[in-house]
Amino acid sequence: MKAFFILLATIVAFPLAAQDGAPPAPFAYRQLDNPAQEAAAQELMETLRCLKCQSQSIADSDAAMAGDMRHQVRIRIAAGDSPDEVRDWLIERYGDYVSYEPVMSATTWPLFAIPVLLVLVAGLLFARRFRRRA
Amino acid sequence: MSWRLWLPFMVFFGFLGLAAYQLSQPKDDEIRSAMVGKELPYFTLPPASLDLPGVDSRYFADGKPKLLNIWASWCLPCIAEAPQLEQLKEEGAEIVGVAIRDKPTDVMRFLSQHGNPYTRIGRDDLSEVQLGIGSSGVPETFVIDGNGIITYQHIGDIRPENVPVLLEELRKAGQ
Repeated sequence: MKAFFILLATIVAFPLAAQDGAPPAPFAYRQLDNPAQEAAAQELMETLRCLKCQSQSIADSDAAMAGDMRHQVRIRIAAGDSPDEVRDWLIERYGDYVSYEPVMSATTWPLFAIPVLLVLVAGLLFARRFRRRA
Repeated sequence: MSWRLWLPFMVFFGFLGLAAYQLSQPKDDEIRSAMVGKELPYFTLPPASLDLPGVDSRYFADGKPKLLNIWASWCLPCIAEAPQLEQLKEEGAEIVGVAIRDKPTDVMRFLSQHGNPYTRIGRDDLSEVQLGIGSSGVPETFVIDGNGIITYQHIGDIRPENVPVLLEELRKAGQ
């Protein structure tokens, strides 16, 4: 009998109780009917960061909050907002952090500038060295 | 040998040291709301329980500063902050709740078990208010001044040491 229960436990999954009480938002998992709008929404969702699971985009995450964010993106796109307007709406609330696509700003420009600078310095060093040899 | 030869090594070990230091620091994954200092966006939420009314954003513009507590009955840290909310209420703070993705039966069970510090609780099934005010988790507590402007954000559960801070922020918002 005990062996039977152990066997049962190994073959049947016991999912933990759902984290919250509400069903997913209507457009969390439902695509928009208009294919062009859905494509725009999908492209945008891949560039927005899930705030609960910060290393995923909201398109990749199954967190309830990511679902609610997808819902917002889809209904706003369906209502005629441009992807940039939806992105700006979120950045207005969460700052650049919500953008999963790197943006150049007052705080992030060194990330873009330093590699360029290093390549330039390396190039100069090489140039000097080769000239000396020649 | 020129000292300059050592320069690349020093840069390299400097970088290593910096990386080691950063690794030893606790991860800061709090996302502060960019809405602090701005007006509460318009919203209207139905009641989350049978006993208390829902929440309308216009309710915050009645001249009296209030706390807006984002919480949920399924959220464990919300149980931990319940005594502190009770204390804030006793000190005269008005606390308006927004229940995220919650069911009325669960909300009422939570309130009967852990006490009810709220005057109103709105039901936010789509996290609309949460996204609207730039909150990224439960629980979070916002101070809203009498004109409906967000003046302060507290991220995470309210610990006993945070109570005076919130009372002070409420007082400042009332000036």
